[in-house]
Amino acid sequence: MPYALVLPGWLWLAIFFLVPVLTLLSVSTMTGSLSSGFTQTFDFGNYADGWDKYHVVFIRSIVYGLVATAICLLIAYPVAYWIAFRGGQYKSSLLFLILLPFFVSFVIRTQAWDVVLEDNGPVLSALRHIGIGDWHLISQDTRILQTSYAVVGGLVYNFLPFTILPIYVALERVDPALLEASSDLYASKAAAFVRVVLPLSLPGVFAAVLLTFVPVSSDYVNASILGGAGNTMVGSGIYTEYITNGNYPVAAALSFLLMAVLLVGVFVYARMLGTEDALEMAAG
Amino acid sequence: MIPTPPDAPRPGLSPDLLRGLTESRISRRRMLGLGGLSVLGLAAGCSIPPAVQSGIGSSRTEVAKFWAKQKPTKQLNFANWSLYIDVDPKNENKHPSLDLFTKDTGINVTYREVIADDDSYFGKIQPILANGQGTGYDLMVITNGRYLDQLIDLNYLIPLDQSRMTNFYDNAGPLAQNPSFDRGNTYSMAWQSGITGIAYDPKLTKRKITSWQDLLDPKFSGRVGMFGDTEDLPNSAIVAIGAKPETSTPADWEKAAAWLRKQRPLVRKYYEQDYIEPLTKGNIWLSMAWSGDVFQANASSGSKLEFVIPDEGGVIWTDNMCIPRHAQNPVSAMTYMDYVYKPEIAAMIAEYVNYITPVPATQQLIRKDAAAASGEDRAGLLDIADSPLVYPPESAFSRLHRYRVLSGDAEMKRWNNLFEPIYQS
Amino acid sequence: MTTLDEPPTDRIARTDTAPRPRVPRRRRNLRRHALPVWSGLVILWLFIPIFAMIAYGFNDNPNRINFEWKGFTLRWYRELFAIDDLTTALVNSLTIAVIVTVISTVLGTFIGLALGRYKFRGSGSVSLLMFANIAAPEVVLGASLLSLFLTAGVPRGYLTIVLAHVMFSLAYVAITVRARVAGADPSLEEAARDLGAGPITTFRKVTLPTIMPGVMAGALLAFALSIDDFIITNFNNGSTLTFPIWVYQQARKTGGSVPQQVNVMGTMIFFFGIALAVAGAIYNRRKKV
Repeated sequence: MPYALVLPGWLWLAIFFLVPVLTLLSVSTMTGSLSSGFTQTFDFGNYADGWDKYHVVFIRSIVYGLVATAICLLIAYPVAYWIAFRGGQYKSSLLFLILLPFFVSFVIRTQAWDVVLEDNGPVLSALRHIGIGDWHLISQDTRILQTSYAVVGGLVYNFLPFTILPIYVALERVDPALLEASSDLYASKAAAFVRVVLPLSLPGVFAAVLLTFVPVSSDYVNASILGGAGNTMVGSGIYTEYITNGNYPVAAALSFLLMAVLLVGVFVYARMLGTEDALEMAAG
Repeated sequence: MIPTPPDAPRPGLSPDLLRGLTESRISRRRMLGLGGLSVLGLAAGCSIPPAVQSGIGSSRTEVAKFWAKQKPTKQLNFANWSLYIDVDPKNENKHPSLDLFTKDTGINVTYREVIADDDSYFGKIQPILANGQGTGYDLMVITNGRYLDQLIDLNYLIPLDQSRMTNFYDNAGPLAQNPSFDRGNTYSMAWQSGITGIAYDPKLTKRKITSWQDLLDPKFSGRVGMFGDTEDLPNSAIVAIGAKPETSTPADWEKAAAWLRKQRPLVRKYYEQDYIEPLTKGNIWLSMAWSGDVFQANASSGSKLEFVIPDEGGVIWTDNMCIPRHAQNPVSAMTYMDYVYKPEIAAMIAEYVNYITPVPATQQLIRKDAAAASGEDRAGLLDIADSPLVYPPESAFSRLHRYRVLSGDAEMKRWNNLFEPIYQS
Repeated sequence: MTTLDEPPTDRIARTDTAPRPRVPRRRRNLRRHALPVWSGLVILWLFIPIFAMIAYGFNDNPNRINFEWKGFTLRWYRELFAIDDLTTALVNSLTIAVIVTVISTVLGTFIGLALGRYKFRGSGSVSLLMFANIAAPEVVLGASLLSLFLTAGVPRGYLTIVLAHVMFSLAYVAITVRARVAGADPSLEEAARDLGAGPITTFRKVTLPTIMPGVMAGALLAFALSIDDFIITNFNNGSTLTFPIWVYQQARKTGGSVPQQVNVMGTMIFFFGIALAVAGAIYNRRKKV
């Protein structure tokens, strides 16, 4: 019975996810050119070529990813905690409120930030007024757009729900009786948090990191809308090699390299947390 | 290291789940083994076929045979860049020259401004044409340079029907006739040409800009715009270091790339078509630019930008009409291509587009229109007719250079790997 | 997504046997308010672009070159379909999203049901598959699918977009439904079977209503993911336009300004989302009887 249920979906994913990823792996070791075609030569040089050309962008993407994920965690945890423990009957409404902005296309939302953060837009004009005499909070020349701050800010903004939700789910499962027990044992609120709630929420934190770090590092749209010279991310490199240069093997090699690095990083993190079954938690 | 309470009930971790975990580990291993085998199998078998298509034929007779089989139709699907055709001032969606065409020939035109840059448009149509399928368009406008070269080499274009090009041969100027990138106009007819130079806002730069080296001035740090592409950016850099792109050597390319790398810290962003707005808003003070854009920006937003062909020289390019293979209405495409070489029609387009029109006779026509108009309209039309950016004098051409033609995959790869990282990293 | 049938979180019970440490009143109030204030600020921040978008839908400024506010107008609401390509792109996005939602909800619900309700060999690898699909970077998903289409010679367009969208939303529906199923009580279905109901009847009359909130949540998620997708679509759309792609291309062409119709459409999609969720909540409340 379960097999009949699983089969259609499994087939779909097998054909349009598994096989393509395997095809990608296969393309990454091909040689050739657009006009003469590509044949399999088991040439791993494409990985070296991709790294040579894009290692700066690659490392930058990982760095932006780490920074953005860290910021997301810091912002998301208190919010998730508040909804899970203090939300009461309004829990679903609050969650809904958090998710509501994301019903609008993220291209529109990021474009809107492009307008709001304009050099002479509302935010910067207001900030320029802050000052006494000769001292100003920001100089006349300061800009937000086309800096890494804008890109990381955009990334944090666009992926925050991916961080909030898993942490919320984990926190929500925490049995309030545990907190009762800890206060019965004279633990302060802070201690109760650090020694009871936080460890129990770790699988959720892990899932949040996974679901945030991976998409953030591989995003390139935020960088192209809000970023400038020196802010590009590896996703655009992959797109360029595919669509502009028609250099499929290097493009495929880059994609694989990215996925490998991200997933390895995540597994290492899982080991560090000591939560091997966090994977099951995350998948569940 | 945060200690996990050993005996605390972990939510959701039931004995069943533990069993499930151990079960899955075994089948995971089996999955990996199966995966490995299938990878090898797939890998050995897969390949991506060559993109080159068999041509229609290079000899006159073969081309004539092709065209003899084509029947006239009542539809034309035209893909173009944005802001590249005349527009009805009262309705953005209407184009008077297209309406006139429909009235004169009965052919209905679907006009789509789908081309944002050659890179991505080529990237979109290449796989489709490689498959032997149609792009959905009968007519498209592609810049001379690597993409047009590739389209020709891969046999993705239909050779033109020379018998349907009377207006062209009567009225086309020297820039359009028999260009170096398409001898005999076998595959293309010029739509508009343009110059890549520098545009700037004199109020913000506080001085005249005259040279490519001005883009290296530390006073403009963070206020410089450049193009993020493999055509204008590298070729302009080659001009900036004093070489001629058409005859440049790989050593020149290295020098040009070094120049660009030196300039990078000053650049705010590597733009595509979208540099003109930041320029009018003051986000950037000077930028690599296309000659016609400044005209249009000043006209529509009241800005006072200036465009200059730098002392070292500028780059001249031509956007060309061409017909992709498997077009449904090739005869309509030919009809239209020749139609726009009628001076009256070319003038309609030139009055709006402000790039270098391929029909020199339009200059007189525009002057006549100016004489018949008055006030602002008259001044605007005279501006166009008298502008060296729309009708460059002979002397200007000595300072204008064509793109480097890249032959072969090795050259293209080298070029790409040298210049793409400049704006991609 | 949680439903409203959760008991309210218990406040920490005070016992009389242990004296509580005395905390000065003011500090306790401040700490109490820190969390809500923070969360309120975050929510406000999340809505800034939305407010900007709704506001610009009323901006009487057709000029594409600058963003200044030029007065209030309903013009863009009237001229909503003035730009043909934009309208086509929006229609494409909506129709694709509907088709994708239907297919992935059905397929995903089945998988979620199977994973949550039954224990079977291979359930672990199916879980892993779902998980890998969700965790994989969009760029890789899009690029690999493109590789497949290239080697198989499949032309890219509307169909390939649908195939791609179902591929990445399936797993989200599956895990949403599974979470719901795992928490539900199987004894109801046992009871139905004891009373002689066949599997299909059991499914229709007992299982489905029980998991319906999860299915609805999954469907909503699939719809939102499909209508907003950019990266995977960008690799596999050929020349078919969807709403996010049109907006992005337009912004690249003009340096950031998009026609105000885009803001109006975004506003309408936004309120549509509210309407859907409200409808879902009402449906839930009624079903609780």
